Amino acid sequence: MRLPGIGPKSASRLAYYLLRAPEAVSLELAQALQELKASTRLCSVCFNITETDPCPICSDPSRDQSVVCVVEEPLDVAAIERAKAYRGVYHVLHGVLSPINGVGPDDLKINELVARIRRAQQTSTPIREVILATNPTVEGEMTAAFLQRKLSGLSVTLTRLARGLPVGGDLEYADEITLSRALEGRQPF
Amino acid sequence: MPRLRLFSTPAIVLRRVDHGEADRLLTLLTPTRGLVRAIAKGARRITSRKAGHIELFARAHVLLAQGRNFDVLTQAELIEPHQRLREDVLRGSLAHYFCELVEQFAPEYADSSALFDLLAEGLLWLCDVADPLLTARAFEMRLLTLEGYRPELFRCVQTGEPLPETVPAAFSPQLGGVLSRKAAEHCRDARPISAAALSLLRVLQTQQPEVWQQLRPEAALHDELERITQAYWHHILERRLRSQAMVHQVAQG
Ligand SMILES: [Zn+2]
Repeated sequence: MRLPGIGPKSASRLAYYLLRAPEAVSLELAQALQELKASTRLCSVCFNITETDPCPICSDPSRDQSVVCVVEEPLDVAAIERAKAYRGVYHVLHGVLSPINGVGPDDLKINELVARIRRAQQTSTPIREVILATNPTVEGEMTAAFLQRKLSGLSVTLTRLARGLPVGGDLEYADEITLSRALEGRQPF
Repeated sequence: MPRLRLFSTPAIVLRRVDHGEADRLLTLLTPTRGLVRAIAKGARRITSRKAGHIELFARAHVLLAQGRNFDVLTQAELIEPHQRLREDVLRGSLAHYFCELVEQFAPEYADSSALFDLLAEGLLWLCDVADPLLTARAFEMRLLTLEGYRPELFRCVQTGEPLPETVPAAFSPQLGGVLSRKAAEHCRDARPISAAALSLLRVLQTQQPEVWQQLRPEAALHDELERITQAYWHHILERRLRSQAMVHQVAQG
């Protein structure tokens, strides 16, 4: 069994800790893991991790259901929510296209996104904008380009998060792609 | 304390996976040390100064410190980002395919300068050449020659007779080349190859990039070339490449 972010060293540290701790600690941990698995599932609308279905964001009447922000992972939803600047809803892909690692379109929630947009178009609240908020990496951008092909002809506006210099960054250390995009995306001051 | 050994080298990022909290584990192709696995600490943080320089497919100059399990990437300076591979799904998928192919042949910690130069050139072609699928076939032809699998396209592999384009021909992955259809009757894995496909493969094998880069084969010819080359790779590698499925899917529209 392997957990992300836990190498052999960390794993043995955790094992030693649990071996030396009172039995109650292990039991508590085991129970917490069991509950986590039993009480969480994927939202049937946006595929975020949730305890209720639909998730609190999808069922919040104050959120704008006509704007869908597409992200790679549930952790990205949490990051955007922390910024408290977005009032639309989400769609979690659960990964990015990575042909060399054998991850293709059918391994992501892409068909589900297309179906969701089609479904919404039959209702009084169609989706008008899809924000492609995959990471600004090669894999993230290729996934966005693939989605653009897939969603063209569905009469939704596609947008992409602005790309530029990170806050606290230093021009001197910026790579040329970041710099050229920061220049392209410059705004009146 | 072991002495920290540093080495500086050009590198192409073939593959990378997330590692730990914010690190990335990179598989790099270098000219003098072949495949190198290196860890880029903190590369997933948005404020990372290294991240933009070691994107997938990027060619960069890197400084590596030799570690116990992996080398540690300490500096990176981007040389060629291959911007177009990020924006075009077919070209990007083919870049994955190129890297996966090269990874099959690259030695670990041994000279691979010819392979490095071929991949560097292939990735540039992928950004520039009008027909990315044709570019893939040309890249494959060079790789096959480099690795000792150059297919025989001008003489019958069974009889040794010259094979003019007017003679109906077949291709045998097992025998590594073409044969006349008559000779092919006794060859189990031979498949027919059209005169147009054979002629194009000959151009790709013998002509300079300036020549084949002008060509624009039709979709049916591309399909035939893909089937033939995939059968040959399958014979050589004894397995299918993961990225090929995506290339095929994207190319079919
Ligand atoms: Zn939801």
